[in-house]
Amino acid sequence: MSEQTLRQWLLSDEPTSRRQARLSAWYQGWLAFRSNTLAMLGLLILVFLILCALFAPLLATHDPFTQDLAMRLQPPGESGYLLGSDSLGRDIYSRLLYGARISLYIVLLVAMVAPLLGLVIGTVAGYAGGWLDVVLMRITDIFLAFPRLILALAFVAALGAGIENAVLAISLTAWPPYARIARAETLTYRNAEFIHAIKLQGAGPIRIITRHIWPLCLSSLVIRVTLDMAGIILTAAGLGFLGLGAQPPSPEWGAMISEGRKYILDHWWVATIPGLAIFAISLAFNLLGDGLRDVMDPKGGTQ
Amino acid sequence: MTQTTLTAARRAPMASGWPKKLATTLLTVAVTLLGLLFVTFMIGRVMPIDPVLAVIGERATQAQYDETFRQLGLDKPLLVQFGIYVGDVLQGDFGKSIRTGQQVSTDIARVFPATLELATLGTLMGVFLGVPLGVVAAVYRGSWIDQIARLIGLIGYSMPIFWLGLVGLLVFYGMLDWVEGPGRLGVFYQGIVPTRTGLLLVDSLIAGDMTVFKDAFGHIILPASLLGYFSLAYISRMTRSFMLEQLSAEYVTTARVKGLSEWQVVWGHAFRNIRIQLVTVIALAYANLLEGSVLTEIIFAWPGIGQYITTSLLANDMNSVLGGTVVIGTIFVCLNIFSDLLYRVFDPRSK
Repeated sequence: MSEQTLRQWLLSDEPTSRRQARLSAWYQGWLAFRSNTLAMLGLLILVFLILCALFAPLLATHDPFTQDLAMRLQPPGESGYLLGSDSLGRDIYSRLLYGARISLYIVLLVAMVAPLLGLVIGTVAGYAGGWLDVVLMRITDIFLAFPRLILALAFVAALGAGIENAVLAISLTAWPPYARIARAETLTYRNAEFIHAIKLQGAGPIRIITRHIWPLCLSSLVIRVTLDMAGIILTAAGLGFLGLGAQPPSPEWGAMISEGRKYILDHWWVATIPGLAIFAISLAFNLLGDGLRDVMDPKGGTQ
Repeated sequence: MTQTTLTAARRAPMASGWPKKLATTLLTVAVTLLGLLFVTFMIGRVMPIDPVLAVIGERATQAQYDETFRQLGLDKPLLVQFGIYVGDVLQGDFGKSIRTGQQVSTDIARVFPATLELATLGTLMGVFLGVPLGVVAAVYRGSWIDQIARLIGLIGYSMPIFWLGLVGLLVFYGMLDWVEGPGRLGVFYQGIVPTRTGLLLVDSLIAGDMTVFKDAFGHIILPASLLGYFSLAYISRMTRSFMLEQLSAEYVTTARVKGLSEWQVVWGHAFRNIRIQLVTVIALAYANLLEGSVLTEIIFAWPGIGQYITTSLLANDMNSVLGGTVVIGTIFVCLNIFSDLLYRVFDPRSK
């Protein structure tokens, strides 16, 4: 099959199989997405950062943990330090590369835990209805009314500082919007005819929720999660900056800014360069999220 | 956040008038605040720090330990303990701070005005710049000014606030020397004006001491602009989308056809209709700033509640952390519900 015919097959108005219809929908979504320059820019930045994280050992010029006090606070470009060295003589460029791994790790974990929690609570509340719905949604409202960073701070205080606890704290404060979305979606499908049909065929509530309602909630959740990623990264970096996230000598970007803070007036690069990295990754997620929203949910797009 | 408003409005029973609506709202506030207290209470319970050891120290005897254990009420059932905790908090008693040795409520009363001053000034900046920017961006949609508004928003949503604060210090204090450094007041000006409101700008004005006012202003302007920027990003974006909705309505076309000037159409008609929505957005922006000031306060060594919570946290002083969380949480909840209520009472569409 040549390039041209593959394209025609994908854009066919009369798909002959379910697979073709699905692939065709994906392809058209991709075409719409590709025409959005800013979203593509976001995707490019993100792919670049993922590549940096994956190939960190190959790209790094120094070991991210090895200290060299004789070479501390070297400005960018001098003595082989591409982006300078920090107060313990560690290469900032190499630490940034390894830090990308930590940021992506945090984002991935939160993106798995929080939406899942929200999905379960929201669909159960929406499908069950009655008092369970009232109780679950009241709990959601309570969590939604909380100041997120402060609550995350209190959780971390209770659980102890560290990456995993920071992830847990962020997830515990991030799930309520997902629960609301999932509940709203569930309510629209709960009395749909295809659900009744499945019920008549003998499907239990668990099967209906997990096999038939969850897949329908996914697209709105994915958009919301992508849009929230930037916030998650900023919160994680904030916790790291306060010394409550990743612990030294870990090259987490927020913690790196915190370490460089003392030297900001005389050695600006130590604190400012990791900040640019945080900015780049959250900007990428914001652009990507905006683009995805325009493609997958035309009515909710920015006007 | 508007999602909250809408869903809450939908789920509330069809209230048939003011009193019932008010009662429902008050009940919501009470349940939410109780939930907040329950969460902080549970956090206080699961923490790995032993509250008894925190009071008596590591070397106490078993008998002393048991006595303090009973004094703190830790032998009672969890629900009773929670009841006692709620009772204490209602009386403004958050316990004693281990770090400062004072009542947490006294501490918070001392540090809170600093945060209030900072967040208020920040919100004012956000409102006075953000609302016009949002309106203009909506009117000249797609123009360069709209693009700038969008860029401001995008940067505001992607920039770590503590990093921007550091860069601000580096540029405006370190390099240009336009503003004063960290802290609320220079060393030479400490304790000159008597404390009345705790807001230094107001206090120095009352005392008529312009040099202190100038110094305090030099200190607050940078952190307040920083917070103002973030609230500007949010407020201008919301204003723009509200205005776009109005400008596409038919009555605007009617007004134009009638021959009204563009100024009258935009400000006299369209803007008038988004005022309620704007107030709710501003209330939320204010609540977010109270919270968002935590990181800013650390950068600028600003002696407010955010710094208080963080310093206490690093010193394992749980009473102070939870007390601060409850205070900020309560304000946050109240502002949230205030904006919700305002929306429901004044917007006929939500009925």
